[in-house]
Amino acid sequence: MAAQRTRTAWLFLAPMLIMLAVVAVWPLARTLYFSLTNATLVDMSNYRFVGLSNYITYDNGRWYGVLTDPQWLTALRNTLVFAFISVTLETVLGVLIALLLNISFLGRGLMRAAMLVPWAIPTVVSAKMWGWMLNDQFGVINDALLRIGFISEPVAWLADPSLSMASIIIVDVWKTTPFVALLALAALQMVPKDCYEAARVDGIHPLKQLFRITLPLIAPALAVAVIFRLLDAMRMFDLVYILTGATDATMTLSVLAQRELVGFQDVGYGSAVSTLVFFIIALLTAVYLMAMRVDFGGKPK
Amino acid sequence: MKRLINGAALILACATLATFLLFPLYYAMITSLKSGAELFRVTYWPTEFDFTNYLRIWKEQQFARNILNSVIVATSVVALSLALALTAAYALGRVQFAGRRMLLYSILAISMFPQIAVLSGLFEVIRVLGLYNSLAGLIFSYMIFTLPFTVWVLTTFMRDLPVEIEEAAILDGLSPFVIVTQIFMPLMAPAMAATGLLAFIAAWNEFLFALTFTLSNEQRTVPVAIALITGASEYELPWGNIMAASVIVTLPLIALVLIFQRHLVAGLTAGAVKG
Repeated sequence: MAAQRTRTAWLFLAPMLIMLAVVAVWPLARTLYFSLTNATLVDMSNYRFVGLSNYITYDNGRWYGVLTDPQWLTALRNTLVFAFISVTLETVLGVLIALLLNISFLGRGLMRAAMLVPWAIPTVVSAKMWGWMLNDQFGVINDALLRIGFISEPVAWLADPSLSMASIIIVDVWKTTPFVALLALAALQMVPKDCYEAARVDGIHPLKQLFRITLPLIAPALAVAVIFRLLDAMRMFDLVYILTGATDATMTLSVLAQRELVGFQDVGYGSAVSTLVFFIIALLTAVYLMAMRVDFGGKPK
Repeated sequence: MKRLINGAALILACATLATFLLFPLYYAMITSLKSGAELFRVTYWPTEFDFTNYLRIWKEQQFARNILNSVIVATSVVALSLALALTAAYALGRVQFAGRRMLLYSILAISMFPQIAVLSGLFEVIRVLGLYNSLAGLIFSYMIFTLPFTVWVLTTFMRDLPVEIEEAAILDGLSPFVIVTQIFMPLMAPAMAATGLLAFIAAWNEFLFALTFTLSNEQRTVPVAIALITGASEYELPWGNIMAASVIVTLPLIALVLIFQRHLVAGLTAGAVKG
């Protein structure tokens, strides 16, 4: 009986597992392998094994390869800066918004519905909308800031290298804070009410309640939301590709890899960049999961 | 007095938040209804109700074709991932077998793969299967991000269904396939609606694969079509057209999200908090 049940289980799992093997596991393995070759996009079946030379190689007194490529180092720094700042802002703002929406007031349902709007808008569309608003000549943001006297002349939000990363971060914060806020709100609503009753009876200051009761209780749920956001931020592609392209100030690892692979048709080199993205993200995830002791498990019945 | 101040602060906070959340869409809408020189004059209220931009993307850009493509891709992705995930969720949620936990973690790990990390390998698979520049290629490749999370969420829901239902069905001599499709599927409807909608949104919005695996405008989905709308030069982007296209693809999505609001939040939190 049990043996038959196990057989059925594997039979039921097979289609899903085969699909994941073909779209995920095998392509990942191939990308890893391609990174050790000189394959090109024009003819992917004709290539030579070149060892680690896409990553690093010494030739004629100079170092070559992704790891010594200044563009890669720039992209790595940009990606880390982007991920760290945007996820931090999204978490802080998300919790604040969740606290606001956890108060019951007339119109709370409407506010919650409004939160879903940026989240539902396709990234490409939000990039275009913000690109138009941030336009240096005709943009509404410059117009508004000029009117209230915050700036004295139009600012090139996307073209100025000292501002473009900040602009990208603002757009990302706009788009994804609602996700963190919704998860934080769901966690807040599971905090038992009697905790606060007890605290109020003891005369504990609301701020102290926040830091001693609320935040520790929603921390596990928040940790999961943060890891999802972090994974997303580390592979950021769409916003940068559309708003600023492959400029030094904003180029992320994914944008660099896509340009090498598709733009320059260099599958070997591009795969090396992609493979490094994979390992960096895997490493960060492992460190984060261990540090936060996130438990995805859940007991089976 | 204190209550009054609190009330005012609450209203102010909500108004600021609502403006921040909704202004970009509002501004895209009023821009899309302007034409000519008016387009380049910043206004905070609608000044024109001119639908030329909407007519133009329909005629010049074959935008209807792109929308149809997106609808085909997104609905097929939902159907395929739900079908594959439902049976898998039964095995993972209801049957205790060696390696079950290991499998769940592997599936979770796959959902963490960055898309860029499989791009060149997947490109090769798609070419070998003859799916390059086809909608089928996109549907197939989207399984990498919809399938793991659909399986994960459906498994957590499946696990929580009462044991008695299944025991009764087994005593009645029903096969596992009948149990899944006839008995569990109706009970799983809310969870399937939530995960299906999330998969739909993910597929509707996807950009990197759609950009890489298609070549001709006839096969492009909406995000790629919008990204590639160009004018005479980089500095003469037809903003009116772009905003009109943006509004068209966004409004149905927002309608869907608002209608299924409750399910959606339940699905999101089941995936992240409970999972």
